[in-house]
Amino acid sequence: MAEAPGKTAPAAAKDDSQKRQKDMIGAHFAKLARAKENGQKVVYTFVPGNLTELITALDLLPVLPEINALQSGMRKKSAVYIAEAEKAGHSEDVCTYVKCDIGMLKSGNIGPTGERLPEPDLLLLSYTGCFTFLKWFELLQQEYHCPVVMLHVPYQPDGVVTPAMRQYIVDQLENEVVPALEKLAGKKLDRDYLAEKLKLSAQAEDDLVWVWESARHKPSPIDGYFAGVYYIGPIFSAFRGSQDAVDYYRLLRSEVQARIDAGKGPTTPDGDLDDQAVRLVVEGPPNWTSFNDFWHMFSKEKAVIVASTYTRVGGLYDLGFRHDAADPLGTLADYCLGCYTNLGLPSRIELLAKYVRDYSADGFFINSVKSCNSFSAGQLLMLREVEKKTGVPGGFIESDLVDPRYFGKANIENRVQSYLQMLHARRDRSLSQIPARTTAGVQGVLS
Amino acid sequence: MTPPQDIQRSPQPNGRGNDPCATFIGRARTLFDDKALDHVKAWKAAHPGALAIGHMPIYTPRPLLEALGCLPVAVFGGGEEVDIIRGDSYFQSYICHIPRSTIELALSGTYDVLDGMVFPSICDVIRNLSGMWKMLFPDRYAAYLDLPQNFNSSIGGRFYLHELRRIANDLTARGALPLDDDRLCRALADENRRRRAIARLDALRRTDPWRCPASEAYLLVRAGAGLLAAEHAELLEGFVEAAPRRSGRPLDNVRVVLAGSFCEQPPLDLIVALEKAGCDIVDDDFQLGLRTIEGDINEEAPDPLAALAQAFLDQGRATASRYIDKDEKGRALIDQVQAAQADGVVFAAASFCDPALLDQPMLETALAKAGVPFTSFKFAENNGQFQTIREQAGAFSDSVKLWGAAH
Repeated sequence: MAEAPGKTAPAAAKDDSQKRQKDMIGAHFAKLARAKENGQKVVYTFVPGNLTELITALDLLPVLPEINALQSGMRKKSAVYIAEAEKAGHSEDVCTYVKCDIGMLKSGNIGPTGERLPEPDLLLLSYTGCFTFLKWFELLQQEYHCPVVMLHVPYQPDGVVTPAMRQYIVDQLENEVVPALEKLAGKKLDRDYLAEKLKLSAQAEDDLVWVWESARHKPSPIDGYFAGVYYIGPIFSAFRGSQDAVDYYRLLRSEVQARIDAGKGPTTPDGDLDDQAVRLVVEGPPNWTSFNDFWHMFSKEKAVIVASTYTRVGGLYDLGFRHDAADPLGTLADYCLGCYTNLGLPSRIELLAKYVRDYSADGFFINSVKSCNSFSAGQLLMLREVEKKTGVPGGFIESDLVDPRYFGKANIENRVQSYLQMLHARRDRSLSQIPARTTAGVQGVLS
Repeated sequence: MTPPQDIQRSPQPNGRGNDPCATFIGRARTLFDDKALDHVKAWKAAHPGALAIGHMPIYTPRPLLEALGCLPVAVFGGGEEVDIIRGDSYFQSYICHIPRSTIELALSGTYDVLDGMVFPSICDVIRNLSGMWKMLFPDRYAAYLDLPQNFNSSIGGRFYLHELRRIANDLTARGALPLDDDRLCRALADENRRRRAIARLDALRRTDPWRCPASEAYLLVRAGAGLLAAEHAELLEGFVEAAPRRSGRPLDNVRVVLAGSFCEQPPLDLIVALEKAGCDIVDDDFQLGLRTIEGDINEEAPDPLAALAQAFLDQGRATASRYIDKDEKGRALIDQVQAAQADGVVFAAASFCDPALLDQPMLETALAKAGVPFTSFKFAENNGQFQTIREQAGAFSDSVKLWGAAH
């Protein structure tokens, strides 16, 4: 039964790695708060297709507006920020990350640590997998009046990277992006230093992939979606290419190894999820304004998320990509091209089906967010196709990233619960050797 | 649904008979109403083996398709006549209307006449629609065309040339003619002729809006969706040459530029409603694709494909899906207002249209700074009621006339 509205799920207990991450992020925001007085230049950019190694190799500080927006959502500030942006003329129909960011800016630009974020000295528009990015930085340019450098990353409609696509990115990096960053930094890029950073990136990526793939164990020692968003924090933000990130992922890996050794599941809002009744793959970003409530809807039903596509928006490392120090700009191009939302729908469907198979999932669930057409347009077809390819049933809900008006808790909880109960029943039938009924019609019930 | 009765019943804009333009308007109207694409079927029957290639808004380089012996067919969704049954089951409620009516028409067989579809980069919805097309119609050609956002010819231009050659090679492999410089030069010349004819039409709208209301201009341009450029140019030229013989008189309307309708198209009745509310729409971005390139493409260049690509880089019209790298945001719209001697701007964006709606606050800021009045509303291609919009436009028109400003 759905819980009474207003009751909030407890937060999951924190592991040492989470505390380490919190310290890292806190230190980064402290640096940002002091950036202007310390003479450090600040580059705003986006998570998919981020060029963190390049930015930090020139001693520039990255700021990622999507992360500010999602943290505003988790801190219950986003509703006010969105209202502020809508009051200023931004449509109710468009991305709430953008409106949250604009509203935050207009409300003093106070970051997640309570300190004011510095204004950008440069907007690095990594146009990767999301059309809205382009408009977002055009909007910020009007607010900040700072230079913008564009990196257009071609889309992969057929799941194939052609030499022309790769060359296009390398040409932009070589001729436009690197010169713009060098000009801002006031020095030339040290390509050996960049290569060193890329080596560190690859080390962290190895451990991250190991952590992701640990979910193949039964019970899964991790939650690959709700906890997964914490796991990707350092590598998708300011820390890829740093020793801090390498150390963080080594620590995380050791914690996950310890859980595997002890036969334990992940820490969730309902405590350790050792007894896992249902294994799920999830497509789509989480809702941030009711993050714990949303997680609780799954964990209380003993459902563990074994893989998710959202955790791959900043790089599909589990398909084999690693940053390659031998070809710095080429590897950055490959990285940008391979981000999840830069893939065509057929590739995304294949990937979801692969996750269902590789992680022995009982079902897959789509959280379709209003704000993100890059993710959401086509998800109803994805639902049908993944069902066809895997034979496991899909569930579907609609919510939003950071606009609490679009998270109807009771309605969503009813749908999640109906879906999970159906999976429980399906599993029970399977265990008792009764032939499973067809999954057709599940979508009709749930959406 | 009987749109637009005014156009059908009034052979002259102001209601007088013996309209010298009636033939041209009638032909345009027939093509507009041909939702079954019978004219495309007729073209294919007359050109055995040739391909008809659909394309979504905004911009697809049609001369390339013509040079390959193909008929380019601009697809604008279902408009107001199509009942959406299956299309809605593919899209959530917060996604615009054009992809659902496009899917509806495709599933119902309307687009069976098309041998392929090109999905140019405009937004994430159309981009993802290209993938849906591949899944739903695996036997038909579907290409995503990544238009460059880098306008340096040795960077974005080089990439774009690869994109154009890729599509040409794909189509040739499916039966189109091979890419040939002479044919491409002729196609560029035809496209230039069409573009000049549209420019003459636009000039007529600006000087004598009562001789060419926007609702008629819309039909005349839209008629080219499934015509070769030369044939479309002939239609437009015929109209423009006949229009000065039309009787009529200037109306006491405000002159407005309409912005935001470059992809999903408003119902024709909505355009008529704006006119009835006292607005002469003297410029717009309806069905922008045919007007994306400003000025002639170099039809005598030694490498006509490079000329086609270069025209997009250097002469591409500012719009929401094109990154504005050098110019001030909103400058192009202000220039448009000034060139058209317009009194204000009407923003008419499709509901849930990311490019238009994300762009709009920036354009509004630029207009406010320049002292240009504006008003805004949203529509869907299947809207059937325009009373509120008509009242809003009427109030805007009155306020501009009375006080010269509406905000």
